[in-house]
Amino acid sequence: MTEELETEARGERQIYDPIGETPTSYLREPEGAHPPLDYPGYKSTALRHPKQPLVYLPQTITEITGPQLGPVLIGENDNDLTVQHEGEPIGERIIVSGRVFDTEGKPLRGTLVEVWQANSAGRYMHRWDRWPAPLDPNFTGAGRCVTDDQGRYTFTTIRPGPYPWGNHYNAWRPAHIHFSLLGRAFAQRLVTQMYFPGDPFFPYDPIFNSVRDERARERMISRFSIHGTVPNWAQAFEWDVYLRGPGATPFEEAH
Amino acid sequence: MIFETTPSQTVGPYFAIGLPFDVGPFAVPEGTPGAIHIAGTIYDGAGVPIPDFLLETWQADPDGQFADMYGYGGPSALEGFRGFARYGVEDGDGTFDILTVKPGPVPGLAGVMQAPHIDVSVFARGMLHRTVTRIYFADEAEANAHDPALARVPVERRPTLIAAPDPAVGGYRFDIRFQGPRETVFFAV
Repeated sequence: MTEELETEARGERQIYDPIGETPTSYLREPEGAHPPLDYPGYKSTALRHPKQPLVYLPQTITEITGPQLGPVLIGENDNDLTVQHEGEPIGERIIVSGRVFDTEGKPLRGTLVEVWQANSAGRYMHRWDRWPAPLDPNFTGAGRCVTDDQGRYTFTTIRPGPYPWGNHYNAWRPAHIHFSLLGRAFAQRLVTQMYFPGDPFFPYDPIFNSVRDERARERMISRFSIHGTVPNWAQAFEWDVYLRGPGATPFEEAH
Repeated sequence: MIFETTPSQTVGPYFAIGLPFDVGPFAVPEGTPGAIHIAGTIYDGAGVPIPDFLLETWQADPDGQFADMYGYGGPSALEGFRGFARYGVEDGDGTFDILTVKPGPVPGLAGVMQAPHIDVSVFARGMLHRTVTRIYFADEAEANAHDPALARVPVERRPTLIAAPDPAVGGYRFDIRFQGPRETVFFAV
């Protein structure tokens, strides 16, 4: 069945699509595209994963639409984490930028990107994070922005430090920035982490390695950008994010 | 498909720095006619309430209209209807509470109408990927009996997806259990 016929068969109501970019279904991702919910190397998964198999949900209008929160949430300086307080935060100033695409390579414009991270010493401004590294009164570590017409987001921030955690012997998380992306549809929603190139903790980190495919893991690692770097001011790291793109929904059951 | 997707990673324990926002739990503004609460408790595999989680919901309004950027079905007639709620907690008692309106029926595939439902994502430390479920309503038995997504769920597990009216919460109760005999049905989207 062609995609067109399939769409027609859905009996969907007339769609108002001013820029002609609205898919009517999203690609089913292959096994291994994301980490498993049950992953013994990361101990906290044990009691927090479903034991029963997931039930295949056909994508309907509820899954191919999604909220647009940008205008609700974005405030001044939300994408510059270094100017949110009286003074400047301590650490290496960096510019983290990239584009949000779907798997067809189409940029996603106007979509909300949210980040949160530890400070340069590897400590979060969070009451549960109590390891003995200094807090920085000039750094909260949270930012938001909306992608521009090319799908680009940009944050100015401080390079986060790695930090220890209790999962295994001498466990340290590789330095990372948490990313949350709404995409334009419920089906595209993604929460992930951006890493930095060459991190020595990669081989030991079960969260990073829960993505079993090496090439897929590499898609979580940013790259240093000599051209994005601002002389005498900030290093630049580039990281593009790919959300699910349009694709015909297969009629067979997922497993 | 030309490119492959960026993999998911856990939201971790510290998402409260960045993700919750003031009106997050309100899919409609307070005072909206017909507004209801949907509240419940999220339990882990040991039956213990999960103290740290982020729950998001997405739904149509009572006329079946969505508040998405492309205006599927046209704009909502409900003033301030967002259709999206985000409830995040870092050391709570496992409960969530959102304010919304009961959605209307919306089309499914091949012209079959779906029963009123709300899509739900749960994120937490210990979850490397979001988990997705749906809230249906106990007082929609007739529509539920013909819902194409519920039809894919084994009969004995369907009650895990049905929110029951509960005057104590001012709307409906919907508990989520990750494991155990009453494990909630989770979906692959």
